[in-house]
Amino acid sequence: MTTTAGVNTASATPLPTATTESVRPPAGENRAGWFFVAPFLALYVLFLIGPVLIGLVISFFNTTTVRAGLGDWVGISNYTSVLRNSDFWASIWHSVLFTLLTTPLLIALPLLFAILASRLTRNRWFFRLAFFAPYVVPSSAVCLIFAFMYTPETGLITNAFGWVGLPAPNFLGSEWGAWFAVVLLTLWWTFGFNFILYTAAIQDISEEVYEAASIDGASPWQQIRSITVPLLAPTTGLILLLQVLASLKVFDQIYILLAGGPDQKTRPALQYIFDTGFTSYRGGYAAAATMVYFLLLVAISAGWYLVRRRQQNSVIG
Amino acid sequence: MTATIAARPARAERAERADSDRGAKAFNRLAATCLTLFALIWLVPFVWAVITSLRPDNEITANPTTPWSDNWNLEGYRGTLSSNPIGWWYLNSFIVSSLSVIFTVVVCSMIGFALAHLHFRGKPLVLGIILAGLMLPAEAMVLPQFIEFRALNLLGTYWALVLPAVAAPVAVFVFYSFLRGIPIALIEAARLDGANWWRIYYQVCMPLCRPAISAVAILTFVTSWNAFLWPLLVLTQTKSQTIPVGLSSLIGGSAIQYSQTMASAVLGILPLLAVFLLFQRQITQGIANTGIK
Repeated sequence: MTTTAGVNTASATPLPTATTESVRPPAGENRAGWFFVAPFLALYVLFLIGPVLIGLVISFFNTTTVRAGLGDWVGISNYTSVLRNSDFWASIWHSVLFTLLTTPLLIALPLLFAILASRLTRNRWFFRLAFFAPYVVPSSAVCLIFAFMYTPETGLITNAFGWVGLPAPNFLGSEWGAWFAVVLLTLWWTFGFNFILYTAAIQDISEEVYEAASIDGASPWQQIRSITVPLLAPTTGLILLLQVLASLKVFDQIYILLAGGPDQKTRPALQYIFDTGFTSYRGGYAAAATMVYFLLLVAISAGWYLVRRRQQNSVIG
Repeated sequence: MTATIAARPARAERAERADSDRGAKAFNRLAATCLTLFALIWLVPFVWAVITSLRPDNEITANPTTPWSDNWNLEGYRGTLSSNPIGWWYLNSFIVSSLSVIFTVVVCSMIGFALAHLHFRGKPLVLGIILAGLMLPAEAMVLPQFIEFRALNLLGTYWALVLPAVAAPVAVFVFYSFLRGIPIALIEAARLDGANWWRIYYQVCMPLCRPAISAVAILTFVTSWNAFLWPLLVLTQTKSQTIPVGLSSLIGGSAIQYSQTMASAVLGILPLLAVFLLFQRQITQGIANTGIK
């Protein structure tokens, strides 16, 4: 109420000279500022900060997910049992393994193809369409299609192995077959996102650099290796971070296609939280697992941020 | 040194350059071939899903890898539409995504405007909070979020899906960086004309902000349409589910109804593929801008 009034008074005041570099902003402008900030800030505190605090509190109680209420204070026992649980560490390892399998592919291939596409002048829309269209498809539709293509005997991908003379692995029934299946699906599904990021970054490189290089007689390959790739290093750093974070948060594909199987050999961290929290209803325990996982993800972002800041400082200094 | 070489200057150099030009042309042709091949492979799953959805099941089992049918038909579509409430799933997805878009655009552009053009106490703090929000892995917090929404009695409602989506730090930064590009002189002129801040936001800045609005709107729509884990937890009734959650229940179900399953997948793909084809440029530019800047 008062904030809305603040906007009206702001309009009534003659004119707060914006040019004067006053430390204290005019009262009307101050109130208007908070009026514009308030809705976002309220939602941000409620639904972004709120869950973090609630998770932190619950992790010290034996809350169950079926009933309302906190339950009893149990101290750090949820944390000790999470950290001692081998299933938890196995699920963290699966998320890390998925990240190790997907990240190199999802950086090298989009980089390569974005560079190749940048050398062409015609039909760029076609490549953008083909590579990026999968990214807007819901994960479950992707999984339906790939599950069909992975079917033993009738599946297209199963048969494609036969055409090149390789024995097709049991895609959904064996551990490494399952990893292959889910990595290939992820590559197809999310390739376009990094492709677009690289394409945009390549367009920002000045044409003159290439012209100078080709006058000096540099071959296309030399140009790519000693101009494009080095100049894309900051972009690669950013894509690396986004990709690592996205891969560590994997859930959809593994849950829908494999249900974490076979025999929970691919169950990722997020599904472990899902299972303990919503199948076994151990809310407090799952909250402790959430907090450990949360710290891991935040530590990676913060670490990347600090490293980048130090690099920038050393460039300037 | 220079004198001796100057005797045979231009011709050798020109030959060298023609040589490298020829090399570049061959290289580009190779690049085009590789790319086209790869792009065609990338389209295979789409094409395969469409073909399968139009073939009868007995033909698929008999000749699984033939991309042709003697008997094209729409039985698969009829089957899936009659056995699944796909119409409801579309409706739910559409309502949730539209509400998310409207609220995100309004709320995030408002704060972006304040950060870009207003002086108010605590502004650096607000900026810092939002910057920190970029690092918060919200998707990892589904369990506490679930407990919070149960306490608020919002489980099973559209609001449970819309409200968390609106607080998007990325969208704030898109608006913030775009609005900072609007010259201060323009805003001061509007102030001199006696416009209040709301009118400056609504009638001066927003119309200039169309590219940012469309980028945020489309990306929010796609993200919220495709969200899976949170809707899976929140919406338990079959009829209240969204497209991704509803479709996921079809997997591993009836293994022999290939054409019906693929018809469902195609129906799940169609709306967003249409959105993508219509707004291809805005989507790719929006991603490039949010990702890099």
